[in-house]
Amino acid sequence: MAKDRANPLDYSRKTWMRLCMGFTFVFLYFPIVSLIAFSFNDSKRNITWQGFTLRYYEQAFNNSQLHEAFLNSLIIAGISTTVSTILGAMLGLALYRFRFPAQGPYEGLVHLPIVIPEICMAVAMVAFFATVNMPLGLTTITVSHIAFSIPFVAVVIRARMAGFDRSLEEASRDLGASQWQTFWNVTYPYMKPGLVAGALLAFTLSLDDFVITFFTSGPGSTTFPIKIYSMVRFSVTPEVNAASTVLIVITLALTVAALIIQSRSQGPTHA
Amino acid sequence: MESWRNNRLVFAVLALPPTAWLVIFFTVPLIIMWVYSFAERGPQGQIELAINFANYARAIEWIHLGIIWKSIWIAAVTTLITFLIGFPLAMGIAFAPARWKNVLLLLVILPFWTNLLIRTYAWIAVLRTRGFLNFGLEWAHEKLTILFGFFGTAQVMGEFQPLELLYNQKAVVIGLVYVYLPFLVLPIYATIEKLDKSYLEASLDLGAGHWRTLFSVTMPLALPGIISGCLLAFILSMGTFLTPALLGGTDSEMIGNLIARQFSSSRDWPFGSALSFLLLYLTFIILWVRASLAGRKAGPL
Repeated sequence: MAKDRANPLDYSRKTWMRLCMGFTFVFLYFPIVSLIAFSFNDSKRNITWQGFTLRYYEQAFNNSQLHEAFLNSLIIAGISTTVSTILGAMLGLALYRFRFPAQGPYEGLVHLPIVIPEICMAVAMVAFFATVNMPLGLTTITVSHIAFSIPFVAVVIRARMAGFDRSLEEASRDLGASQWQTFWNVTYPYMKPGLVAGALLAFTLSLDDFVITFFTSGPGSTTFPIKIYSMVRFSVTPEVNAASTVLIVITLALTVAALIIQSRSQGPTHA
Repeated sequence: MESWRNNRLVFAVLALPPTAWLVIFFTVPLIIMWVYSFAERGPQGQIELAINFANYARAIEWIHLGIIWKSIWIAAVTTLITFLIGFPLAMGIAFAPARWKNVLLLLVILPFWTNLLIRTYAWIAVLRTRGFLNFGLEWAHEKLTILFGFFGTAQVMGEFQPLELLYNQKAVVIGLVYVYLPFLVLPIYATIEKLDKSYLEASLDLGAGHWRTLFSVTMPLALPGIISGCLLAFILSMGTFLTPALLGGTDSEMIGNLIARQFSSSRDWPFGSALSFLLLYLTFIILWVRASLAGRKAGPL
């Protein structure tokens, strides 16, 4: 099949299709790009371009409440990532390796946090913490973040392990290595890129989460997105744009890193 | 895959800790909420355990049914618009030259990686009375007035009145379309990408036009992806909370906001729990439909 210019299925060459796609991409990018652009705009009114400035970044960096919120976010994301990566990896390995009774319902249950509406999980957590008398704060946020991150990490680990050659483990066992040695020297090195990707995903999920955090946070446990939310409700200011841009850049950098690690690790084993 | 019986110890060590965490901090909260949904609200907003369906009955009272109906309506309109924008995009990407495909896909997914709150906030700046859109319209209005001025009929244009674009249902729909577009585009792209292009060529060779081919061949063949993507966009918009909270006004409260209100200002947790479970059941039904449709068409979507 010659892919020449006359190919009637070359829809992407058609003007109307290009117009359609162009319109959609403008729709997708205009809001975010203008938000980022106007964080550098030297005007409080935030509507016409007055010149380049870093003033609002300076303001955001010197805003002690934003500082505190950012620190809280990092603490929560750090702990949540560590715990959920370990637990999620265990879950992913168990699902990859074993057949067991009631596997279907079990898989449905552990993947539930991915599919249920966030607001349902958020209010369920509120009801739970009230019932067990746990005051809302950094701990309750972290605990909830771990719960919704575990299935995501498990999915990543399971996908990574799908390309693993189990006979390597058998060989290791045949050659006299213990189960633990086999895991540590054979399975773990293979799993590692999946672990890094899963951890980055968990970190981004935690750093970005708004709905569940909003409901499980108490006084003094404001996170970065929640602080931005309260600023947004107040008004649209270049300072909010600057703070938002910082969060966008961090999230994008982490996600891109996770993708690069994943695609590199998948290269040699399967296409 | 090996049976768990072969290696009970390893299975237990791997499966128990994550299961325990998810059961304690996810399943138990859901069960508690389920129990609450049958409870009664005390005079001070405390919860009095009971077994009655009053909360569920209240959910289908006129005033609440209106909100539920509105949520379904908003979600349906969102899905339709997302489809009208998303289908051509999915098709454009699927038929793009190979080296462009990944770039275009990345461009679709990229906004999806930015924070939901920030993406929604970005629309406030675009839509508000002094936002970019009104600013653009005002500029166009000014230029048109000058143009009409040449013919001495400037008064035809009148004074510029900024449009009320924010804090209403339209703004909510725009915000939802924006947020859930990738969820619809990706499944549709995946099916169009996989389908046998020779069917389309045959259709064109046999004299059908591009539109006929689109409606009689491409779309039926891509139907599993279309249904999958549309249902996904629908349930995600149904269960939304943040978009109406930020972009909506008094006329655009959805189920998610009604639930949230029961857990904050109204302090009626039993009713909120019942609503939350209604939303969950609805989500499960749609997910089940989606899974069974995908299963029947044989082939993982």
